[in-house]
Amino acid sequence: MRSTITILKPGLFTSIQDLGRFGYSEYGVPVSGAMDQYAMQLSNTLLDNLKNDAVLEWTLLPPVLQFNDTAKISLTGASLFPMLNNKVIKYSAVMEVQKGDVLSFKPCRNLVYGYVGILNGFQSPDVLNSKSFYNGITEIPSCQKNTILPFKTLKDLTSTATRVIPQLDEEQDGVIHVFPGPEFDQLSKSQQQKLMTSKFTIGQTRSRMGIQLQEKLDNDLSGIITSPVLPGTVQLTPDGTLVVLMRDAQTTGGYPRVLQLSEKAINTIAQTPSGTQLEFELQQF
Amino acid sequence: MTYELKYKQYSERAILVAWPSRIDKNILEDVLLFKNSIKIKKDKVIVQITSTYNSLLIFYTSTIKDVYSEISALRSIYETCGVAENLQNHLWEIPVCYEDELSPDLLSFCNQKKLSVDEFVALHTAPTYQVYFIGFLPGFLYLGGLDPKLHFPRKQTPNLKVEKGSVAIGGQQTGIYPSNSPGGWHVVGKTPVELFDKDRRPPCFIQPGDQIKYVAISLEQYGDIFTKIKKGTYDLKSVKL
Repeated sequence: MRSTITILKPGLFTSIQDLGRFGYSEYGVPVSGAMDQYAMQLSNTLLDNLKNDAVLEWTLLPPVLQFNDTAKISLTGASLFPMLNNKVIKYSAVMEVQKGDVLSFKPCRNLVYGYVGILNGFQSPDVLNSKSFYNGITEIPSCQKNTILPFKTLKDLTSTATRVIPQLDEEQDGVIHVFPGPEFDQLSKSQQQKLMTSKFTIGQTRSRMGIQLQEKLDNDLSGIITSPVLPGTVQLTPDGTLVVLMRDAQTTGGYPRVLQLSEKAINTIAQTPSGTQLEFELQQF
Repeated sequence: MTYELKYKQYSERAILVAWPSRIDKNILEDVLLFKNSIKIKKDKVIVQITSTYNSLLIFYTSTIKDVYSEISALRSIYETCGVAENLQNHLWEIPVCYEDELSPDLLSFCNQKKLSVDEFVALHTAPTYQVYFIGFLPGFLYLGGLDPKLHFPRKQTPNLKVEKGSVAIGGQQTGIYPSNSPGGWHVVGKTPVELFDKDRRPPCFIQPGDQIKYVAISLEQYGDIFTKIKKGTYDLKSVKL
């Protein structure tokens, strides 16, 4: 049965996300997918969903959702302070809501992205093998007031894909694990040392495409001919600004790629609020 | 194969292969041949391959456990990969309207370059442009071959919205905006052709290795082709290379 949620207030960049859109980078299509894939997969695990089932992601400012049908949902990431029909309720990772219920949240100050998972996942259309919203690919780039999100109430028992319990993120606070990027070796020893020993602050300029760091690194590298990049690639721009590419990043770029974040570190940095200091810790594969 | 390639693990799930760092049609051909062979021979373990001027970024379905064995598998594919005839490339004729109504920056561009509009159109439609790869936006072609007389720095302040189909010049490059987007290039014309269609497989009909030529059309022809494209009755001219 087709059931729906109505977005009463959209919050900030609230979108449907799964693990991403793979197979189309050669046509310039970004990977996209949930910014914090640990929280996203945890939400699916709690519901006994498939790991790629689509969830609702919001950014700093939470949305207000009205359930037009009974639903089983799970709340992860920054969604720790739920309110049902305007009353604060005790946080529970999995909860059932009734037809007509209105779910809202108090913002959570120590994380950035909140997730609402739903039994069987959200059922917005697949575009190029993914439900992840992206401007020009899906019908809308983010939820607006009165956007209707479909889900299905009956458990689909025909699926056979494997369920995976996500690994716990074991990184220490403020430590971002990185691998050397393709142009890391072109940095001088002192630039490398500064990159690995300094503290960097997450800037205000951030989006699903990338995160700028505040402190600059002296840069005398020339650009590179436009080359492939991935989410987690750290680019060094001509004025010395470091930019961490995130899930909606372009598929190619012309700035030296000095570091590559580990997959876990991409989740960690996504959830780290602006103004927080972090340091890079170099790993080898 | 004649190039000394560098193989390097890029992330937990990706390997980068790099050719010498220059823009060169022979390198492009080698990159694309290798990409095709990998797609054929390693279909199950690879989810996507991004190609650029001199690189392939190969993304695997799961974490790479033994990078040395993956690299040696790639090396042996490279050693046995086919000849240029395996690439099926086309030359596409892209209709472009250069009239005032659809080319907001053409007059100022021509004034600053001291060219007449006719001279500009002749220079812009003369070359056969090489498609190196697709990046920046879904369906955005990186083209080589712009006449140096038309090289021109990008705008100091980018426009917040450049319309889909805009044909533009920035630096040493010319390109077509496949969707509405912010952009700092000078818009000198417009094509009704859709370069990216999410409902088509593949979503881009023009591939790396193809070539394109711009063909000047009138405003009337633009409208006519636009209508035909919407109805699905327009066939773009192309020849097999």
